[in-house]
Amino acid sequence: MLEPSSHLDDFHQPDDVGHGHPTYGTFLKVWVALLVLTGALVGLSHLGPKAAVWGLLTLTPLKAGLVFYFFMHLKYEGALLKGVVLVTVGTLLIFFTLLYSDIAFR
Amino acid sequence: MSTTEHAPAPSYLEDAGGKTGLAAWLTTTDHKRIGLLYLYAMGLFFLIGMTIGLVMRLVQLTTFQHLVSAQTYNAMFTVHGVIMIFLFVIPGLPAVFGNFLLPIFVGAKDVAFPRLNLASWYFFIAGAIIAVTSLFTGHGAPDTGWSFYAPFSVKTGTNVTLAVFAAFVLGFSSMLTGINFITTIHRMRAPGMGWFRMPLFCWAAYATSWIQILATPIVAITLVLVMLERLFGIGVFDPTKGGDPVLYQHMFWIYSHPAVYIMILPAMGAISEILPTFAKRPIFGYRGIAFSSLSIAGVGSLVWAHHMFTSGMSEFAQLVFSLLTMLVAIPSAIKVFNWVSTLYKGSISFEPPLLFAMSFIFLFCIGGLTGVMQGALAINIHVHDTYFIVGHFHYVMFGGTGFAFFAALLYWFPKMTGKMYNKAAIYAGWVPMFVGFNMLYFTMLVLGMMGMPRRYYLHLPQYHLGHQIATVGSWFLALGIVIIIVTLVRAALKGAKAPANPWGGVTLEWQIPSPPPLENFEEIPLIEHGPYHFPQRSEA
Amino acid sequence: MSEHAHTIHRDDFGDKLGMWLFLVTEIVLFGGLFIAYSAMRSHYPVEFHHGGAELNATLGVTNTVVLLTSSLTMVLSLAALQQADMAKAKAFLLTTIGLGGVFLVIKTFEWSAKFHHGLYPGSAHMGTLPPGEQVFFGLYFTMTGLHGVHVIAGMSVLGWMYTLLGKGKISTDRFVTLENGGLYWHLVDVIWIFLLPLFYLAA
Repeated sequence: MLEPSSHLDDFHQPDDVGHGHPTYGTFLKVWVALLVLTGALVGLSHLGPKAAVWGLLTLTPLKAGLVFYFFMHLKYEGALLKGVVLVTVGTLLIFFTLLYSDIAFR
Repeated sequence: MSTTEHAPAPSYLEDAGGKTGLAAWLTTTDHKRIGLLYLYAMGLFFLIGMTIGLVMRLVQLTTFQHLVSAQTYNAMFTVHGVIMIFLFVIPGLPAVFGNFLLPIFVGAKDVAFPRLNLASWYFFIAGAIIAVTSLFTGHGAPDTGWSFYAPFSVKTGTNVTLAVFAAFVLGFSSMLTGINFITTIHRMRAPGMGWFRMPLFCWAAYATSWIQILATPIVAITLVLVMLERLFGIGVFDPTKGGDPVLYQHMFWIYSHPAVYIMILPAMGAISEILPTFAKRPIFGYRGIAFSSLSIAGVGSLVWAHHMFTSGMSEFAQLVFSLLTMLVAIPSAIKVFNWVSTLYKGSISFEPPLLFAMSFIFLFCIGGLTGVMQGALAINIHVHDTYFIVGHFHYVMFGGTGFAFFAALLYWFPKMTGKMYNKAAIYAGWVPMFVGFNMLYFTMLVLGMMGMPRRYYLHLPQYHLGHQIATVGSWFLALGIVIIIVTLVRAALKGAKAPANPWGGVTLEWQIPSPPPLENFEEIPLIEHGPYHFPQRSEA
Repeated sequence: MSEHAHTIHRDDFGDKLGMWLFLVTEIVLFGGLFIAYSAMRSHYPVEFHHGGAELNATLGVTNTVVLLTSSLTMVLSLAALQQADMAKAKAFLLTTIGLGGVFLVIKTFEWSAKFHHGLYPGSAHMGTLPPGEQVFFGLYFTMTGLHGVHVIAGMSVLGWMYTLLGKGKISTDRFVTLENGGLYWHLVDVIWIFLLPLFYLAA
């Protein structure tokens, strides 16, 4: 039986078993970075509502990005999975933008 | 391809992989059997929905009412909408024909996750059972209309909570099917089956699946919010607690407008399969059709608020959404022009599937163009919530998706059952169906322009003639449908045996026996050319 | 097996793609809630500020640290498995599940304090609050509640993974199942990363 399409897929498949797995050290560093960013977020929230909102809009996506990129291994994946995530986030952003064409001007 | 002739394997209808009786169906992971399970279930729901529609038309036959109460009428249009939309048109083509054909189209033996596929069917059935239960339990059947608009859906005493939960469960079924199809198309294509060698139905199913996973969760959470609102009073959609009913409309239509494209895209895909076969010509503008599927899915996700022009949202948003709405017409028109060009100078053999496919093009054009009319703000506000809307979306959903469903059923019926139906009876059914359809829904367009509001229990005398014409039309329509369904059931039971390739099609499903063996292909085919490669002509 | 013979082909990447597509639906599901939140917050900025002040930020931040750490141990469990260190893989996985439990315990304390103060949808006290604050607490309970459901689901999935590890159905050369379970757990973590500033740090 032929293994369907694996050698023909437009998106190559980089995750052959066993190569390029990151070490514990990388993950520990990411974890520390996440804790530091959380601290920064808490600190910003004490500087008033404006700073809190900016912290929310910048640091939170950064934290989420770190989890996606390292813990969820997107760094080590091919274009397809990265594309799936980008399409999802992009779609949500468009939904937000179009919704605000109503909310911000009502 | 070397998959036919010698020592045929038993068909999937005979060979259930060692299982027998009911278990061979209810525990099957064969995509073909699951497709048929969907078909049987949906056929039942369609007939129920149709019956409710007929009764509603009977109610409008007179200006005074004694047939049903006003509250029952409210429940009927709600239930008619819920059944037809969530149990027939949304899952219709992808679940039946997508399941049956997608793996065969890409040269695979099954979908990527066969057990998940069966689970999707059970979610579908569970959702259907909950929906039916909601009619007979609690304090009366839901009376909100299928769109469950807040704040009424939050305040009404009827059984909205359960009905909304049913839609939530059905959403799960839809999402899981979407995940399955996308993975199948990415991972299961046969050697040589590049993206642009896939039949166009696959492109349509691919685009549809993306909408299913990107938009369905929004309505799922919206319906959860309605349930929580009713159970605990969280206040998000309840204006007395500071909530915003317009937000409900936004969130509902963020899904439910793209859902229109979930309904129509696979229908367009089926039409793109049928036309080349009966014109004996490669499809005109393959890439145009393929990419227009994706762009309909993309642009179609950005137009939801054109359902809300009278809701009190900002004028700026009205302009933005009006403009975006007009844009959807472009990829839709690309498809129509390409279909017509495919027929041009083809050597046409006129068979029942082609008749229904051409009816689709005609009716879809009316549905689509009345849609563009409503994209214009001024017209929209004039016809908002009138019979014009009812006529419009029946032209798209029924004239479009419904007729395409019949076209697809007639086209692939010999492949699915291995039997051929009585073509004369189909033509005899088509005449009342087509005539009745236009009598019913074109009259609704006119009634709407005259100002007849939708969902009203009673109507004023000036609309009486129109309502009578429409009701008589509904009888013709139903007669035609019954003739066709009876013909097909008879054929399935005792029809003549159909050959493997009755229409002279060239896509993969016609290269294997009718009905196909359990594993579709004796060996996975090697694909060397595009999908519509008619030997007597040079490839486009 | 309930499969017909041919479908037992192995496609690890296909499985992972399927999992990611499922995560897409989860992201959009919570995305819908974030849309509702942002719309309501732009209607009621002051009320959301007041509502946020009622919440216990210390507990929120503590729970953030708990979940971030559980995400770390999750990814370390997979790394250990890939390096064929079964003992560590199991230990890290158990730690992850345990931290999920800690999160839920803290959450329970937090919710019961709110209930104790009559701050829950439908309470008499809630009816006296200004409308925007009622919506704030409605969303707070909905979103943290739904997240909590996902934590419970994630813990069940990981518990199941643990038994698969024990049976050898997840192993060093067959780890995509654990990877997929991990993906789910990380997503639960990411959602909490957003919930923290939306509610606890909104004041």
